[in-house]
This record gives sequence, C-alpha cells and structure tokens, in this order.
Amino acid sequence: MTELRQRVAHEPDAPPEDKESESEAKVDGETASDSESRAESAPLPVSADDTPEVLNRALSNLSSRWKNWWVRGILTLAMIAFFFIIIYLGPMVLMIIVMCVQIKCFHEIITIGYNVYHSYDLPWFRTLSWYFLLCVNYFFYGETVTDYFFTLVQREEPLRILSKYHRFISFTLYLIGFCMFVLSLVKKHYRLQFYMFGWTHVTLLIVVTQSHLVIHNLFEGMIWFIVPISCVICNDIMAYMFGFFFGRTPLIKLSPKKTWEGFIGGFFATVVFGLLLSYVMSGYRCFVCPVEYNNDTNSFTVDCEPSDLFRLQEYNIPGVMQSVIGWKTVRMYPFQIHSIALSTFASLIGPFGGFFASGFKRAFKIKDFANTIPGHGGIMDRFDCQYLMATFVNVYIASFIRGPNPSKLIQQFLTLRPDQQLHIFNTLRSHLIDKGMLTSTTEDK
Amino acid sequence: MLELRHRGSCPGPRETESLPHREGEAAGGDHETESTSDKETDIDDRYGDLDSRTDSDIPEIPPSSDRTPEILKKALSGLSSRWKNWWIRGILTLTMISLFFLIIYMGSFMLMLLVLGIQVKCFHEIITIGYRVYHSYDLPWFRTLSWYFLLCVNYFFYGETVADYFATFVQREEQLQFLIRYHRFISFALYLAGFCMFVLSLVKKHYRLQFYMFAWTHVTLLITVTQSHLVIQNLFEGMIWFLVPISSVICNDITAYLFGFFFGRTPLIKLSPKKTWEGFIGGFFSTVVFGFIAAYVLSKYQYFVCPVEYRSDVNSFVTECEPSELFQLQTYSLPPFLKAVLRQERVSLYPFQIHSIALSTFASLIGPFGGFFASGFKRAFKIKDFANTIPGHGGIMDRFDCQYLMATFVHVYITSFIRGPNPSKVLQQLLVLQPEQQLNIYKTLKTHLIEKGILQPALKV
Repeated sequence: MTELRQRVAHEPDAPPEDKESESEAKVDGETASDSESRAESAPLPVSADDTPEVLNRALSNLSSRWKNWWVRGILTLAMIAFFFIIIYLGPMVLMIIVMCVQIKCFHEIITIGYNVYHSYDLPWFRTLSWYFLLCVNYFFYGETVTDYFFTLVQREEPLRILSKYHRFISFTLYLIGFCMFVLSLVKKHYRLQFYMFGWTHVTLLIVVTQSHLVIHNLFEGMIWFIVPISCVICNDIMAYMFGFFFGRTPLIKLSPKKTWEGFIGGFFATVVFGLLLSYVMSGYRCFVCPVEYNNDTNSFTVDCEPSDLFRLQEYNIPGVMQSVIGWKTVRMYPFQIHSIALSTFASLIGPFGGFFASGFKRAFKIKDFANTIPGHGGIMDRFDCQYLMATFVNVYIASFIRGPNPSKLIQQFLTLRPDQQLHIFNTLRSHLIDKGMLTSTTEDK
Repeated sequence: MLELRHRGSCPGPRETESLPHREGEAAGGDHETESTSDKETDIDDRYGDLDSRTDSDIPEIPPSSDRTPEILKKALSGLSSRWKNWWIRGILTLTMISLFFLIIYMGSFMLMLLVLGIQVKCFHEIITIGYRVYHSYDLPWFRTLSWYFLLCVNYFFYGETVADYFATFVQREEQLQFLIRYHRFISFALYLAGFCMFVLSLVKKHYRLQFYMFAWTHVTLLITVTQSHLVIQNLFEGMIWFLVPISSVICNDITAYLFGFFFGRTPLIKLSPKKTWEGFIGGFFSTVVFGFIAAYVLSKYQYFVCPVEYRSDVNSFVTECEPSELFQLQTYSLPPFLKAVLRQERVSLYPFQIHSIALSTFASLIGPFGGFFASGFKRAFKIKDFANTIPGHGGIMDRFDCQYLMATFVHVYITSFIRGPNPSKVLQQLLVLQPEQQLNIYKTLKTHLIEKGILQPALKV
C-alpha cells in the first residue's frame, strides 16, 4: 500500500500519537513488512495509488489487508518473471537494465534529498547532480567496461581517444561541475548547497560504484550475477515466510517485524537454494562462461571451455555426515562451495543493508523511497540489500577466483620500455625454468 | 587568506524559509503542541531544522584559544595589532617552508610519513567540525567508528598501491604477503564490521544525526584519504612530481596575495571578498615562471627525477636511475614571435618544463577553486578556520585546501600522458597466473622481443 510521507500529512487535528507510533513501526520498508497494522490504524491521507485499475477492480471485494497481500504477491511474481525474461535476452540487455536501475535509484535518493532540504529553488542543483552522475559513469565505463570492448574500441578513432584518456577527460568534466558548484553558491544558502553536494556525492558513491561492480561481475560470467541476486531475493522471501509462520522473538529494534526465527530459517533455506541453483546453472555454458565481445559477429558471446570451477568433481563426505546421508562421496561443482559462501553472506550480512535503509527512512521520516512499484515502494526499496552483495561478490571474485587477465597483461607489457621488457622476460624465463615448465635446451620447441 | 565570518545580523528570520512544516515549528518551541509521546522525534526535528533554516540562524562556534607562542607575542608586543598579525603570518610561513625543505632533504620515506600525518590531521579537523555542528559528542561509538573507517580505507589503499613498491620487502614476510594478497577481502570485511556496528548503534532519538555523521565521515574519507594516496603515488613516480605541484600552489598563494596587496582593485568573487582579479592574474603569470624555473633547477638531479624504489638489499629507498627522456635536455626551435623577443634561434629545455607549464596553469587557475570551496564551507558552517593548529594561519586544512585538487590533477595527468604501467606490478601479475598461461605469454613475448630486435635469437642468457 502506498502511503504518504509523514511530514506532508501533518495536520494538527489528526491524532498525532497514532501517526507517530505508526511511523516508527512502519517505515521499515522490507518485504516482510505488511500492511496489517497500517490498515488498523487511524486513516491517513492516501497518495496517488499506483496500483493499476484492473488489479483494483479484481480485488475490490477483498478486505484491505488481503488486498495488499495480493498486490504485493502479484507484483513479486511479475518482477521475478521480468527478471527471467531479461536473463533470456542476454548480457547486453542486462547491462542496460542495470544502468536503468542505477539511474532510477539515484533519482529516488536525490529526490529525497531535495524534499528534505526544500532545495527546489536552489540554482543549478538538479543539473549539477545529473551532470556528476554522467561524469562518474563515464569514468567507470572507461576503467572497466572498455577492456571488454577492446576490439570494438580500437577500431573507432573517437572511441579510442575517449577510452585512452578517459581519466583525464572525466576529471576535466568533473572539475567543470565542481567550479560551477563553487560559482553557484548563493549567500543565504551555503549550508543547504553544501549538504546537497555531499548528499549527491554519497549517493554517487553508493549507487554508481555498486552498479559498476555488478556489471563487472556479470562479465565474469552470468552465474556470478544471477546466483547472488537470487540468493538475496530468496532470503527476503524465505525470512518473511518463516517469520510469518514461526516468528516470535524480535530481531532488532530498528525493524520490529524481523524475527530471529525468520532470520535463521531464511539463512538455511537460502543456503540450500543457493546450492541447488548453482548445481542447475553450472551445467549450462551460457551462464558459466565469461561474457566476451565478439568482433566478427558484433555481439556478445558466451562460449568457452568451462573452467575447473564448473566441472563436476568428487568430494569425500566427512565422516560425521556419511552416517547421516549414507553416501561416501558426492559429485559437486566446486562452484557450489563458493555458492555457500555467497548465500551465507546474503543471509547474514545482506539484511544489514536493509536495516541501514530502514534507519535511513526513519531518520528522514519517509515511508518508502518512492512509489514506483505498487505494494513495494521504490526501486531502492527492492535493491537495498543488493548493494552490499554486489560489492562482496566482486571482492570475492577478485580475491579468490579471478587471476589477472592475460591479454591485458600482454598489452601492458608491450607499452613498457625495452629494458623493462627484457628484465621481465628474463625473470619470467627463470621462473618457468624453476617450475620445470621450460628446460634451457628445449625452450625453442 | 583569513576570511571574514559570514554573520547574519540576527538569528531571526525563519520566515525567509517560510516553513510551515513540523521541523520549523518544533525548533521554535512549538513542539509542545505535538503529542508528548513522540519525544523521539524532537531531537531529530531540532537538528533537522538546522538544515532547513537559512545560514544566519545557525549559532556560531566560539573561537578557540589563541595558540601563538609566548616568545612571538613578547617580541612583537610593540607593534600595532595589524602589523603584529602580518609578522606572525610571515614568520610562520617561513617556518613551514623551511620544515618542508628539511623533510625533502630527509628523503622519500619521511615525506610519506609526513603526508600520512597531514592526512590524519585533516581528517581529524573536519570530523571535529562535524561533531561540533551536530553536537555529536554524546553519540555512542561515533568517534571510534570514524577512526576505524579511516584505518580500513587506508589499509585498502596501501594494499592497492604502495604494496607494489614494497614488493621485495613483502615477499620475504609470510604474514605481510597474506595481508597484501588478500587486502581487498580483508579490508572489505573490516569495513563491513564497522558498517554493521554502525547499524547496530543506531539510537532511536538520533537516527538523522547518526546518518549525517556517517555521511560526513565518508565524504571526508573520500576527500582526504584518496587525495593523500594520490600524492604518495605521485611521489613514487619521482619527487619532482611531488615538489613542483605543491610549490606551484604555495607560490600562487603567496604571489596572488602580494599582487593583490599592491595592485588589487577589482574583486574576484563574492565568496572571498579579499581576492582580486589583479592578484589572480599576477599570481598566474608569476607561478608559471616560477614553475618553469623550479622545473629547470630540479630536473638536473637524479634525486628528484628518478622513481622511488625500495631496494631490499639496502633496506631503504633509493632514487637512482637513468633519467628518462623527460629529464634530458633537448633543443627546441623557437616559434618566430618568440625569436624576435628573445633573439635566440633555439633554446634547450627539459621536456618536463613544458609539462610544468600545464601544472602551474592548473595550480593558478583551478587551484583557487579549492580555496573558494573551503571558504564557502567555512561560511556555511560559521567557522573562521578549520582549527587553530598553526598560529596566524588556522588549521592544517586551511593550508592544504588548494592542494587537494592539485594532487588529483597531477595523478590523472601522469597516468594519462606520462606513465606507462608499472613494471613490477606487471611482473607480479605474471607470476600469479597459471603455468600454462605463463608459458603462452612467454612464447608471445619472446616472438615480440625477437621481432623488435631486443632479444637476439641465438642469445640464451
């Protein structure tokens, strides 16, 4: 149910007590929060209801509580179906969707900042915020994505310059925005303007960096994108279910609807789900292979020899579990073991992202980030747990999975000075001879 | 330049904001009309109101004690207060410049420690301002968390950049190797621990305050820590890349002040009423000339020009190398109009001097915007100086506000136009690859080197 922000609804004659106690209990924004207490509370002025008319009519007979439950349920299924469709459409579409989600999240948070600081009449500020978004996106695209598009970029001269000097160009653009900000400082509104500047930058830091980490993960292999996101979604839903059926002990004061039973039940359910999902997905090349841009066909291809992570291996079950399961060995993909780590993170630490967002909404007295999705709130409400996950997956891959990219190394090597090249070559040679990969007599073979 | 504090005439005009919202009413003491059961919103409202009111409503922070040493005070007691201030500033300026020279003499490691010390002090100053602005002294955990985040982010950056230079040192120690190899994961885990502590420390009445301080900490980290690591990276490129930009900014400050003092008439920007166009333009030209000359003088010495390397045998930093082409004299033919002026056909310059023109131009034209930003910041939060560390000058942040943009610019300049990839980093990454990949690369490199004639096919050394 979409409800109006507390501040705007302030009327002296409405029962303020109810509103206050409601807002403290309601502005959680996580999936488990339901409208039960809302429906029973004093009637609040309702903002524009985004629920489509057809749903409204179909559900008009039910009581308002069940109506809300159905709206949320239908929208959940719609979003999951949408997710599957996009996966089917391929990496390029996924990338574009990630970009759009990023822009929408940025817009939502900036709008909140505007509303908090009544900043609509500040000169330039909207323009500057969007301009900074553009600069930072260009910088990140230059840093990461152009490596994957290397062949495409090399062909086109303007793209090559944009890519090679991207740091300098994006820094210059940023500086222009910075100078515009300084020149736009208005005497009575210094503090407001600095606040909005800080707000914009923190938002950029959160939203843009994470979305680029997500794209980075995607290029590593679609499974690294799909499994983490699905684990977070599964944890949300499972924790809600467990909490609904078994929930007794509250988890944290910040979100009074979360319970320990939901938390722990969600954890186990998510780990099992992650194991099953990664087992299913590891069988398909299109999920497992790194995304590459094929110069000839001018599109993305996912075709490769799957790495060791995605080949079935035998593992000995430890003694304690042998008696339980009755098997001696089990065949698993090594990736499934990694998926346990990912699911554990999604269930244990991911919710802290949700708590952070809840605290944020309480701090600024808003119910939801926006009203984009009927029954769920804004895009940011759906993605608040995902942000920490994306960073974790990227750090995990960089630390434990991915080595350096050989072709990139060769590129870098070729730009060094001759004496440096020789030095590196000789060091590599002695290293290979030590390892027995080369022998001094046969190295020409 | 000491800025005059922007003072509203009276903390009255809330009507200028025309806020019928709860925040405005609450701060005015009208919150008795609200239910007494929602005391938890009172404090947030009061502080929330601070954000929305105009600047003149914000209470000022009383100036802290005067830190001028007694000796100076006695020596200058005879002069009038205006000249006394001028002398104090002058003496402190000379002291700081001599300290700078001394540390340069002591070498790159001391410089690194100095940069680190300045970073910590700047962070401390900005965080203290945030505390005062938000009366945050009684928030649980907050000091600890801010310093903890500073530690995490520093560890992350050290792992990313500086560890490469210490590669040989790191390889020897097992624990260090582990800390460096997995630094991303470890620093992220540490950061997460801090993040979770923050979430768990949220107190019902102080949500907004705590979020503000969280954001304040992060923006401060973004500014101070990233820039200081860029400075250290510039330093490792060669001390000249550290000295010339910093000196250009200092020179611009001083010469703009002098030009403004003697010739200043037209004000430059409303934000800093003491800056003048004459000072700005005079400072620009003198900084370019100064940078040109400083580059010429410093380019001769290997000590300044060579990349800093850590040698494990000597267990210290050495700066010895064959100077690159940037630092070798070349003759350039002068364009015709300069020929007529200087009456010379050719001139021999270091190519680096041409880069120094770019650096000095940036220092004079864009650097001051960093100063304007800091002035605006001080006016916004009604403070005269960032702190009182340096008598006559204010805090460390006051001296370094122009330097931050400069450090980033120099780093971006170097990576875009000067430096190729770091050879030791390339080697490190090569050694981490799978043996088959290494073999493939080895073969590719060998073919390439033989083609280029760098490696003789028959030579097996």
